[in-house]
Amino acid sequence: MVKKQKIESGALAQSVNRAWVFDRVAKGIVFIGGISAIVFIISIFIFIFDQGMGFIAEDLKPGEFFGSEIWRPTSESNPTYGILALIAGTASITGLAMLVSVPFSLGAAVFISEFATGRVKEGLKVLIELLAAIPSVVWGFIGLSIMNPLIVQLFDVPIGLNMLNAGIILGLMAAPIMTTIAEDALKAVPDGYREAAEAMGATRWQVIRRVVLPSARNGLGAAILLGVGRAFGETMAVLMASGHAINLPTSPFDSVRALTATIAAELGETARGSTHYEALFTIGIFLLLITLCINLLADLVIRGGWKRRKL
Amino acid sequence: MVDATTDSLAIRVRDLSLWYGDFQALFNIDLDVKKGIVTSLIGPSGCGKSTFLRSVNRITERLGYVRTEGQIKVLGENILADDVELIQVRKKIGMVFQRPNPLPLTVRENVLFAWRLVHGKGTKEQTDEIVEQSLQQVLLWDRIKDRLGDVATSLALEEQQKLCIARLLPVQPEVLLMDEPCSALDPAATAAVEELIWKLREQYTIMIVTHNMAQARRASDECVFMLMGKIIEHRPTDEMFLAPEHQETADYIEGRYG
Repeated sequence: MVKKQKIESGALAQSVNRAWVFDRVAKGIVFIGGISAIVFIISIFIFIFDQGMGFIAEDLKPGEFFGSEIWRPTSESNPTYGILALIAGTASITGLAMLVSVPFSLGAAVFISEFATGRVKEGLKVLIELLAAIPSVVWGFIGLSIMNPLIVQLFDVPIGLNMLNAGIILGLMAAPIMTTIAEDALKAVPDGYREAAEAMGATRWQVIRRVVLPSARNGLGAAILLGVGRAFGETMAVLMASGHAINLPTSPFDSVRALTATIAAELGETARGSTHYEALFTIGIFLLLITLCINLLADLVIRGGWKRRKL
Repeated sequence: MVDATTDSLAIRVRDLSLWYGDFQALFNIDLDVKKGIVTSLIGPSGCGKSTFLRSVNRITERLGYVRTEGQIKVLGENILADDVELIQVRKKIGMVFQRPNPLPLTVRENVLFAWRLVHGKGTKEQTDEIVEQSLQQVLLWDRIKDRLGDVATSLALEEQQKLCIARLLPVQPEVLLMDEPCSALDPAATAAVEELIWKLREQYTIMIVTHNMAQARRASDECVFMLMGKIIEHRPTDEMFLAPEHQETADYIEGRYG
């Protein structure tokens, strides 16, 4: 406590006491915390670009890199660096994952936000957050040991580690975050809209379809994009469930290989600074740029960057 | 109570009680509202006037924990009966809210919303005519006929509130309920909306909740004073403001509480 006389003599001058020191220290710590995220991201960018630049400057043949499905970096006589098959793998798995997770997660979000009440609502939200916390290696394990034999049995195919398997696993993995964000978007729709529509005799479903979903469409779009980003960057589960075979897939039962899984599987076996090593980093740069674009796009969509005055 | 024969009644409420969970908000309300006039509901905050108004098109029920007992007959039909279809009730009894709440659609789609719920899509000529007629009726057509494709929330507040009235008209309601329709508007807009209400009363029976005593006096034929979930007095507006029957009414009108 500051004594009364002191206040009178010191007038309004800031006294150096514990509260002042604490305030300054806390401010400093929070500042470091805030700035560190930016520092880390920039450092990661610099590091990855630095490691991959050598390949891009010397060995990269864009036509081969993006146009060839042959990824044979360890060949003695004729090393080939084509990532077309890997892109196809990642894209097909992500696409399939979205087919699985978009209906699921939008449905779940609509149910939680518009129909569920009280305990059911709270319970479901907690459960979905729990689902998001399952480590990806566990998902991979499920793909490997449960989905694999199941697919073999159900569809009578020789191997169950394929695009379908990885797509379903990834879809389930992306669903929680999509559900959470989509639910936030629906919750943000003013209740006055629902009330107005209901007062005109709209049923619950009509309210949802004609009023709630259209007015939440930015948030829902962002939810889907972030789900795509999540599926796109996932590594471990894909590595375990996809079969990891370089292949331009022609059916969901083909084994495929993802960009991320390639890096994870091969980086540890390469010599630092070798062409193979640098090529993997180039894939990393490519992945980074794409996820960056997806996230920026999601950000734009959520802010209504395309909001039009005329509908 | 105001005497009236059953034929000239738009709304006939008998023994209406309403609970929010365990809290009773309305106590044995009896009320007769005549056709084709404006009836205003006044009373201090929390007296149940909004609750009563909202129960007349059953929008209270969306809260889920509301229980209603008694009878509300609108043009002879008890809307609280079990076999009544909500869409029919709400088509017949339109509601205007405190804050203008046009849907986040175009002006045109707002006007057509309720109509489409009942009639489906409709042809272009049909819908064009409905939009023009409805907006004419609320004195908006000339002002916004070039902005039918704009998002309704981009209109001025007064225009939004008039649009909220216009969108009720295509399904030919009998009764319009208005829950403090001018409380979010500035004086000029208030005057414009009041004028509109006065004009619409020839065609529709209007019940309006207001906090504004002067508005009740200006813009209603009959006035209902509520207190603590009960109706204290219901008389022609002129009489009520000139010589209220009950002490509570007099005190409220003179601004001793509320």
